[in-house]
Amino acid sequence: MYKGHRIGPEHFNKDQIKLYIVLIPLALFMFLPLEFIFVHAFKPMAELFAFPAKFYVVNPTWDNFRELMRSARTAGIPLSRYVLNSLFVTVIVVAGNILISTMAGFALSKMKFALHDTIWSLNQTALMFVATAVAIPRYLIVSGLGITNTYWAHILPLLAAPVTLFLIKQFIDGVPDALLEAASIDGANAWTIYWRIILPLVRPAISTGMILSFQQVWSYLESSNNYVNTDSMKTLAFYMNTLANSNNVVAGQGVAAAASLIMFIPNLILFIVVQKDVMNTMASSGIK
Amino acid sequence: MRTSKSTPYLFLAPFLILFIVFIGLPVIVAIFLSLTDFDTVNMPNIVWFRNYVNLITSDSVFMQYVLPNTIEFSVIVGPGGYALSFLLAWAIAQLTRVPRTILALIFYSPSLTMGTAMGVLWKMIFSGDRLGLVNAYMIEWGFYTEPITFLSSSTWLLPIMIIVGLWSACGVGFLSILAGIMNCDEELYEAGSIDGIKNRFQEMIYITIPTMLPQMLFAAVMAIVNTFNNGSIGVTLSGSNPTPGYAGQLIVNHIDDYGYIRYEMGYAAACSVVLLLIIMVFSKVFNTLFTEKD
Repeated sequence: MYKGHRIGPEHFNKDQIKLYIVLIPLALFMFLPLEFIFVHAFKPMAELFAFPAKFYVVNPTWDNFRELMRSARTAGIPLSRYVLNSLFVTVIVVAGNILISTMAGFALSKMKFALHDTIWSLNQTALMFVATAVAIPRYLIVSGLGITNTYWAHILPLLAAPVTLFLIKQFIDGVPDALLEAASIDGANAWTIYWRIILPLVRPAISTGMILSFQQVWSYLESSNNYVNTDSMKTLAFYMNTLANSNNVVAGQGVAAAASLIMFIPNLILFIVVQKDVMNTMASSGIK
Repeated sequence: MRTSKSTPYLFLAPFLILFIVFIGLPVIVAIFLSLTDFDTVNMPNIVWFRNYVNLITSDSVFMQYVLPNTIEFSVIVGPGGYALSFLLAWAIAQLTRVPRTILALIFYSPSLTMGTAMGVLWKMIFSGDRLGLVNAYMIEWGFYTEPITFLSSSTWLLPIMIIVGLWSACGVGFLSILAGIMNCDEELYEAGSIDGIKNRFQEMIYITIPTMLPQMLFAAVMAIVNTFNNGSIGVTLSGSNPTPGYAGQLIVNHIDDYGYIRYEMGYAAACSVVLLLIIMVFSKVFNTLFTEKD
């Protein structure tokens, strides 16, 4: 008789072979492009010109990364300037994002008030907000606020993130009400409860929110392209993008590959670091 | 929790203000502008529905290329990518821990290559000279002798965009589905087998999906957003807006074309509104499919 399958089995058995036969080719298709660009970034000039291009590197070198720094210097603005701009903007956006989302999530999850349902369903609708669809009105608003050509233009448009609020609120739902009642009876006010109970208990959701927000701000081009004109105030994402698009000659390919690695690797490393927390948060991510 | 009347609003205020200014207001402004002939220089005049009428009746590029392309791209990459995420999550959930983690990471990482990295990567693969990866190996193996200029070809651009879209489809939604499947109650499967479930497929249809409808819906919404966020990939790949022969032109590019290149903001805004409506239709469909009926 059919016994039903175990999800997340502990041991290998023959049944799994069928799955591997399908999964491995697919995994290769997903993985090879990334592998190629990774290898490409470390190829010396001679190997960049090889025909056909190889999926491995014989004499790995940092030349492409050096070249990338050098071209920043000749363009007048040192790479470190872009890096600093990006770090500054990223830290503010990630921290701000988490602060306002946890505050709002706490209110939506644990407090009763008149506009509760309206605000929550607005946020549900906004989950599918596609910023590129309204890029022009957003530009008009940014210039209407008078924040073009300031760091605010990098920061403010990214702070309200419906998906982050959604995930954090769903996670806070899992914090038992009794705990908050007990604290409340002991004389804690809403701010103390938020700071001392909610924040420490929703750490997995916070790291998930942080990584989502990091991914967004780290590769955000809109602000540098449209809101900020001063070159020295633009971000690394912008500079990497110009490098990647400027020269299509083969020599430039190595630099472009290096540039895209710089954009991609931090996302990957951060995800690996907080992977457990992310899966934990996703368990409560359903829309009911 | 009991609080004073104003406390919830104080907690919500920072989020709400930014939400209204940068998410709500742009939509309202788009709707308003779509009813005007705003061109960034002169004061806008109200023209009511003229932009929409023009869009439907006299914009041959929109009707001939942009709309069909958008529908083809979003129907394949949206639901297709969603199905792919589900099937992959479902398959790897049946593996042991170490291979499961590795495969999850491999399937998820393409979605981390947003913007720059994604463009560079696929431009190298489909580059139109002999050094492009696909051309190099196809010529080396003797499939054809002259390199194909994939990215400026009106036959190849859209299919390539769809491949890139599917390649990067396993994002947050994929993780959500995976978590949902991993947390399914084991006893349900045992009970199911007693009640006559015969194979993995029946198990998936009758037990797995119904127990994780909420995750399915969240993933669906993420799939839609992801699809339309990737909508400008055609311009990134081909390096020009409009794309060669309008082959990879989607609504997002049409908006940029009219807004940033021709400065016909009113018309561009009408396109934005149409795009928002398309997104809403998609999510409405998913909503009806995955809402628990009780």
